[in-house]
Amino acid sequence: MQLTVNGAGTDVPDGATVAAVVEGLVAGRATGHGRVAVARNGDVVPRSAWETTRLTAGDVLEVLAPTAGG
Amino acid sequence: MTGTDPWIVAGEAFSSRLVLGTGGISSMEVLERTVRASGTQLVTVALRRIEASADAAMMRVLDRCGVRLLPNTAGCRTAREAVLTARLGREAFGTDWVKLEVIGDERTLLPDAVELLDAAEHLVDDGFRVLAYTTDDAVLGRRLADAGCAAVMPLGSPIGSGLGIRNPHAIALLREAVDVPVVLDAGIGTASDAALAMELGCDAVLLASAVTRARDPERMARAMRSAVEAGRLARSAGRIPRRWHAEASTQFEGLPQL
Repeated sequence: MQLTVNGAGTDVPDGATVAAVVEGLVAGRATGHGRVAVARNGDVVPRSAWETTRLTAGDVLEVLAPTAGG
Repeated sequence: MTGTDPWIVAGEAFSSRLVLGTGGISSMEVLERTVRASGTQLVTVALRRIEASADAAMMRVLDRCGVRLLPNTAGCRTAREAVLTARLGREAFGTDWVKLEVIGDERTLLPDAVELLDAAEHLVDDGFRVLAYTTDDAVLGRRLADAGCAAVMPLGSPIGSGLGIRNPHAIALLREAVDVPVVLDAGIGTASDAALAMELGCDAVLLASAVTRARDPERMARAMRSAVEAGRLARSAGRIPRRWHAEASTQFEGLPQL
């Protein structure tokens, strides 16, 4: 199914969880899982719900991590 | 009193009156030396899409320095965006403190007063400790304080401009208008600007570019630390009144006829 993840169209298996999408983005990055936050369709998905939140086609995800800021 | 008497925001005391933004820092090594040289205990951070975010080294540096984190809502243009960004910051950084920033104009990065107040009300209701980046308008500052903001943070001049405090009178009026801490945020260019903010009665100074984009960030951080302490001392020492004409400091009595 098609999702929009951080502004880009992304194909994931039906029934994929938030945790799976985050895992895919974090893999190979030095960011680590520690301080990642996720919004789905404009609402926060708490870390405790990543494993149990199944995505549906057309969902819009923002997966964010710390950066420097003033 | 020393220049490092504590100030209290959201129930927490800080001996350093310098709040440091990390935006614009060139490397994690420079960040660590700069944070330590500044003596700061409160540091702003941001969230961005993971592809564009810093690597984990930044958080390791800040954890190692033992500073409290203040996530910002930089880049948000509406109350809705700012509230969601604050909630994501709470999730990512594990703190309910937020530097609330709602921008109304791309060229000047001036705050959008209407969206700002709306966002502040929502976030206070949601349990956040809101430190609100705002204009130097005393009436808006009072509205933000009345809404429950933990601090109001007026700009001295536009973000990153280095133009200093363009309207010192407005900052002094805002200081008189609210009981919560006032933090001069944005526009600081050099040490004398930070000292002036403190002389005007601000409780603290928040700056980023003035240090992170200086030729020698570590040295400028040290300068800002001294300036904030000097300004605080001068404020509490009670400056002399301004006079139109001179007032001799050496007595006239006993002046010889030569």
